[in-house]
Amino acid sequence: MMEIVCPAGTPASLRAAVKAGAHTVYCGFADETNARNFPGLNFDRQEMREGVAFAHDHGAKVLIAINTFPRAGAEALWYSAIADAERAGADAVIVADLGLLAHAARHHPGLRRHLSVQAAAANADVINFYGREFGVKRVVLPRVLSVPEIAAIKADTAVEIEVFVFGGLCVMAEGRCSLSSYATGKSPNMNGVCSPATHVEYHDDWGALSAKLGGYTIHRVGAGEPAPYPTLCKGCFTAGETTGHLFEDPVSLNAEALIPQLAKAGVTALKIEGRQRSRSYVAQVVRNFRAAVDAHAAGLPMPQGMLASLTEGQAATAGAYKKTWR
Amino acid sequence: MPASSVNLPLFPRLHALALRGVPLAPLSLALTGFARRIALRHPAMFRRLGDYAKARFVLDPTDLPVSMLLEPLAGRPRVQLSRRALQGDARIAGPLSGLLGLVHGAFDGDALFFSRDLVIEGDTAAVLALRNAIDDAELDLSAEAQAMSGPFAGPVKWLIAQAEARTGVALTRHEEDTDW
Repeated sequence: MMEIVCPAGTPASLRAAVKAGAHTVYCGFADETNARNFPGLNFDRQEMREGVAFAHDHGAKVLIAINTFPRAGAEALWYSAIADAERAGADAVIVADLGLLAHAARHHPGLRRHLSVQAAAANADVINFYGREFGVKRVVLPRVLSVPEIAAIKADTAVEIEVFVFGGLCVMAEGRCSLSSYATGKSPNMNGVCSPATHVEYHDDWGALSAKLGGYTIHRVGAGEPAPYPTLCKGCFTAGETTGHLFEDPVSLNAEALIPQLAKAGVTALKIEGRQRSRSYVAQVVRNFRAAVDAHAAGLPMPQGMLASLTEGQAATAGAYKKTWR
Repeated sequence: MPASSVNLPLFPRLHALALRGVPLAPLSLALTGFARRIALRHPAMFRRLGDYAKARFVLDPTDLPVSMLLEPLAGRPRVQLSRRALQGDARIAGPLSGLLGLVHGAFDGDALFFSRDLVIEGDTAAVLALRNAIDDAELDLSAEAQAMSGPFAGPVKWLIAQAEARTGVALTRHEEDTDW
């Protein structure tokens, strides 16, 4: 059966994910070592130890994301995160930086290593390099590949493949996008935040809602239209005579219907995005996807999804899995 | 594309009108005591607020004639009700059922925001911190009220169940299924 890898931003979300049927939960420490360094989110060391114990008691695994890029002179913060992940009993760490991977392989050889989507490894050669040099057992693929491209990669590598199937959609070369820095000075790669809430403002003007990032209006919608989050790559811009979502529409990924094709392509694990979301979201999405992979394993038709209301822009896309770029 | 609302139940208008005559000062004091009891039982919630433990949150149930200023004050919370517009670092507005549904884990805050059932203004990071801290605390306001009612826990439970049935507002914690 395909493995469902579910997000947990808090201990309560971790418990909700496990109870809802997650095979595996991923989470991070409450600092800049992980790419969801948001206010009120993440785990201190004791919460992590308790979370791992709870998951293991219920037959689930825990992966700890340490997937930002260490700052020069501050590497000790990232090294201690790796050591504490091992002490907490994590089943694997999710890492993006080459130096940190080398450190983990050298000093924590018994700790399983997964390659984060932030590493943007998108072909078999580079994935095999990570596997050979750093003992990486699994790669999380960037959200820019079609199903045939994923199958081609898997045909040439023994490294396990994990792909995103639901949640926020990042269309850039992940780990290399600095758009957020231009408006806020902070990026997911270095600070663990894309379009951070500290720089977000909403203004309601007689029902019309303006969403601003770093003082710039990124999106404006009329009364009754779905509210946007002001992420630069999903903003509404005017260029020449064209006004619209020039990079990407404010929609979320939902590849639930593609589970059979992804299984056929050799995918080991299905990842759900959303560590910044509530335990209610986590429980609903996990329950839905667990039912879907159970149905697939039993040879039954895919159940109809009920997740539209949870998605950004209240609209979903199969993303690059079925490429229909403008 | 129009937003798809979550269909939150609205507080019955007649009940809301009845609140217009209620003196707010003693009610504010009672709610402050209630909040402080919750703070004692859930200290991690205030630690999770981090830099925002001293922020001032205006909670505005749009189907009630009162709004609330909540000051966490790093674990010694204070609640103030008012019939006038309140000023704070951040404002969260929406039907009472939505606001309490967030506390009880029945709804996802982002989903209510995307659907425009919930409006946020001011310091977005403070709102996120509050949402995450409350979500992690797994609060059950009904259980908290019963716990502080001593020998009257039974009647209080009955009253809360009646209020829930009459208003459609979730006053108890939403339990996740344990299918697996």
